[in-house]
Amino acid sequence: MNLKNSNIIGHKRNTGIPLDLSLIEDVAVNRSAIERRAATLTTRRSVKKEWQAAWLLKAISCMDLTTLAGDDTSERVKRLCAKAKQPVRQDILEELGMAKENITVAAVCVYPTMVATAVKALEGTNIPVASVATGFPSGLMPLELRLAEIKYAVKAGAKEIDIVITREHVLTQNWQALYDEIAAFREAVDEAHLKTILATGELGTLRNAYKASMVAMMAGADFIKTSTGKEKLNATLPVSLVMVRAIKDYLELTGFKIGYKPAGGISTAKDALAWLILIKEELANDWLTKDMFRFGASSLLGDIERQLEHYLTARYSASFRHPVA
Amino acid sequence: MSVREIFKSMEYGPAPETAKIAEAWLANNKKKFDNFIAAKFVKPNSKEYFETINPATGKVLAKVAKANDKDVDKAVKAARLAFAPWASLPGHARAKYLYAIARHIQKHSRLLSVIETLDNGKPIRETRDIDIPLVARHFYYHAGWAQLDDEFADYEALGVVGQIIPWNFPLLMLAWKIAPALAAGNTVVLKPAELTPLSAMLFSQICQEVGLPAGVVNIVNGYGDTGAEIVNHPDINKIAFTGSTEVGRIIRKATAGSGKKISLELGGKSPFIVFEDADIESAIEGVVDAIYFNQGQVCCAGSRLLLQEGIAKEFHKKLKIRMAKLRLGNPLDKAIDIGAIIDPVQLERISGLCEIGKSEGSICWQPELDLPKEGSFFLPTLFENVSPASTVAQEEIFGPVLVSMTFRTPTEAVQLANNTRYGLAASVWTENVNLALDIAPQIKAGIVWVNSTNLFDAASGFGGYRESGFGREGGKEGMFEYLKAVWEKDLKQTKASAKITEAKIFPDSNPEIKIDRTPKIYIAGKQKRPDSGYSYPILNPKGELVAEAALGNRKDIRNAVEAARKSEGWGKATAHNRAQVLYFIAENLSARSNEFKERLLDMTGVSAKQASWEVEKSIERIFYYAAWADKYDGAVHSTPMRNVTLAMLEPFGILAISAPVQNPLLSFISLLMPAIAMANRVIISPSELYPLAVTDLYQVFDTSDLPDGVVNIVTGKQDELADTMAKHDEIAAMWYFGSKQGSKLVERESVGNLKAIWVNNGKDYDFFDNKIGQGKEYLRRATQVKNIWVPYGE
Repeated sequence: MNLKNSNIIGHKRNTGIPLDLSLIEDVAVNRSAIERRAATLTTRRSVKKEWQAAWLLKAISCMDLTTLAGDDTSERVKRLCAKAKQPVRQDILEELGMAKENITVAAVCVYPTMVATAVKALEGTNIPVASVATGFPSGLMPLELRLAEIKYAVKAGAKEIDIVITREHVLTQNWQALYDEIAAFREAVDEAHLKTILATGELGTLRNAYKASMVAMMAGADFIKTSTGKEKLNATLPVSLVMVRAIKDYLELTGFKIGYKPAGGISTAKDALAWLILIKEELANDWLTKDMFRFGASSLLGDIERQLEHYLTARYSASFRHPVA
Repeated sequence: MSVREIFKSMEYGPAPETAKIAEAWLANNKKKFDNFIAAKFVKPNSKEYFETINPATGKVLAKVAKANDKDVDKAVKAARLAFAPWASLPGHARAKYLYAIARHIQKHSRLLSVIETLDNGKPIRETRDIDIPLVARHFYYHAGWAQLDDEFADYEALGVVGQIIPWNFPLLMLAWKIAPALAAGNTVVLKPAELTPLSAMLFSQICQEVGLPAGVVNIVNGYGDTGAEIVNHPDINKIAFTGSTEVGRIIRKATAGSGKKISLELGGKSPFIVFEDADIESAIEGVVDAIYFNQGQVCCAGSRLLLQEGIAKEFHKKLKIRMAKLRLGNPLDKAIDIGAIIDPVQLERISGLCEIGKSEGSICWQPELDLPKEGSFFLPTLFENVSPASTVAQEEIFGPVLVSMTFRTPTEAVQLANNTRYGLAASVWTENVNLALDIAPQIKAGIVWVNSTNLFDAASGFGGYRESGFGREGGKEGMFEYLKAVWEKDLKQTKASAKITEAKIFPDSNPEIKIDRTPKIYIAGKQKRPDSGYSYPILNPKGELVAEAALGNRKDIRNAVEAARKSEGWGKATAHNRAQVLYFIAENLSARSNEFKERLLDMTGVSAKQASWEVEKSIERIFYYAAWADKYDGAVHSTPMRNVTLAMLEPFGILAISAPVQNPLLSFISLLMPAIAMANRVIISPSELYPLAVTDLYQVFDTSDLPDGVVNIVTGKQDELADTMAKHDEIAAMWYFGSKQGSKLVERESVGNLKAIWVNNGKDYDFFDNKIGQGKEYLRRATQVKNIWVPYGE
């Protein structure tokens, strides 16, 4: 059964297209102008009061609640899954009139060996488990092992695979190699969704970030994602602007809508709003759903919970008032 | 709306900035403001008050005193009284005041922002993030120049400065005017625009707070007639004006012959050029900042979009998508891009011009945005199918209206960009640094932004070419608008006023026995007979005929300008190359110095010693400007962002010079050499009475590798020729050294193209005195500063 082109996330899944170097050869990405736009996105738009509360809940619903640490244990992952099911205190949701909306995070993101645990912990919910793979975070593992890792995670029940690319292919402009690699990953994930981590903080330039985004989409990525969270420089608004503009270009060219996931360093409610504004302004409201947009975050939720309580009480909240993961 | 609904719709909600504190401030002032004179709020002699309105609601905000002639006079007297003590303060003391003003602006930044938004209708995002921070920055920066007064050691303050500012950036324009004026030691009488007086009133209170000495800053309110009282006041030394080109002309005319220095920052129709290799998405964002910033009510708005043909269709498509995302409405809302148009009259003007655009066949496109029910609002607008001849492509609309045209090649882009009477700013988008730095110098504009637009900073000069005015605001270049050379005050009224009389003009004759030498005029490197066919006698002091000179007329000036126009190569020659030509002129003049000495002896009757001194001094002066040719250069300004801001010195292009009667050789050389050293092409009329020293120079020029058409010489009656020069629209700048009356004539007649004018007001310049007769003042007058902003980063 070929599910590659199935309509499982509400729109036509990206099949990829043959590598077309003309789409990236003369691409123009003006860093200064990009930075100016990024800097004024959040000064041009402001979301307050009930709008802010609603937007922050949206941020939660688009969140890949993540733990990717060397000291992860089964119990730790179970706790995280419990939090994923109930990210916001029930009384807060009730007061917001959202108690019946089934507010959960979008997915739980873990290492491959933790997938089975997470899947079990999330049984009976609609929350998928996402697994990193392909030698996360550096990706410097033999291809067979990376492909095997993907298959392992899929078999364990991961519905989404966050793969990392070989940065060398970008830094040496070896687009064919990058394309082939991602296409192979896409083949390997089968029904699961392929989220392609570009590790933009290690690609050197915004121009490279654009080119890598385009190649990833041509190779069949369902999502493109900024970072592993382990690079020195993770998600930034300027790089996001470049990547979502690539998504826009790819849509125009092929009709495929690609999802976007900034990850790493997004830790405040204010950050979350900034990214939502960016997506709304540069793409469209269509992207403001968990099918098209994700935050990769581990500590963001805590800040959002405090902000939500503040909205309701007009008092600044303390972190210990909200259950930890 | 419920959280649940918003969660589904993901729309923006209202995000209003509170106006409570601003309203309290208005109430505390009883919604009534008087003129600010000598550190006090003074009731107007006129007893009249006018209303200032919030353009977003149409509601009255406050009443403001209307100043009449007596009120203006009172303000000028206060400023005059304050001038000497203020100017004689140590620079450090003035710096402390300016620094304190900057600090207080920051302390009251939000109140100033809200007041500005209420009074002007521009979005709070702009007043908060752009206007007010730039105001504070301007005072900080100029506190620095006050401190560094050693940098202007040979200069001094002008005196009392009259300043008239527009409504589009009320407080920022006030800062641009007041900060440099005060730093240089002047005192000020300023009139805010009648539509937006409130932030200036708050600024007046800040002046009180910081204890600025009484009379240093005086602010009077009123309409155009109040402005006219300032312009025409006899005890004002300089007028600085920002506003429409129309009013700029009135001011130029009104101040002609008054000796007042003026600087004009006027209108524009600035090009926004996008090459096919540009970052298109970023360029589209640039368009938003260029024309939808401040509702397009910006003198340097990028209002003419020039697209390379191949990308035009795609660009329009993407631009429309972007325009549809603009948010228009309550300017106090923090999520609004486009606020209110300043006034119903302006709104009507914008609509009117758009109607003309449609009737001329251009296609008008506007996104479907909600328009507020009250107040003056106009949708962001794009005109397609526009040709350079369309009214909307020529007229400054001063609203959120963009006209789009296409070009095929870089050359055509420049041609279209320069196809305007204005020359304020330009924006150039390309990823190719070779292209960007090739195009930027070719555009006739005072500011060029590469891959960016509407960037401002106190360290960078702002001001226009052509009918966008003259003078710069900001940067070191801006300080000179408020200073004069210390020797200027010692200049005496000239006594040399001898004129040829009509009676003595007679047709070509041949009375001498010697082989005749008929001095002609010199155009395009050739000696030509004057169009008139007349000559006039050159007499020595005894009244004896020395020779006859050609009587040039307006057609000769026209032909001279044509020749100068064609010699564009001079502007592209390297500075080293120009220096070589100047040195060569000196060398060849030196070889024939005896001949020139004899000529001066014969003609002017000076002593032999004086005659040879004049020749020697002339040779020295040529050397002086040859030396400067490759050394008087621009700067890289330290503006606060990642970019290089290149302050390039450019020639005006065609510069006309009217040389004085006395010291015919030296005065001619002293005026001509700095002009051509700085790459201008020149039309010059030499000493009316003693032109022969100059006509002898033709052969010197011919043998010195001076390209044809760089120097064009027309002999004849000074003021008649000057009149034609002043009226010639292709001449970009003019220097006149003659009578007081002639100075007035030239200033008055220059209004056609608002050329930059330098006149001597009938004063004698002693060109033998190096302090007066040469120097950077001449080089500065021969150049205009173009600031090119080049952001970088891969």
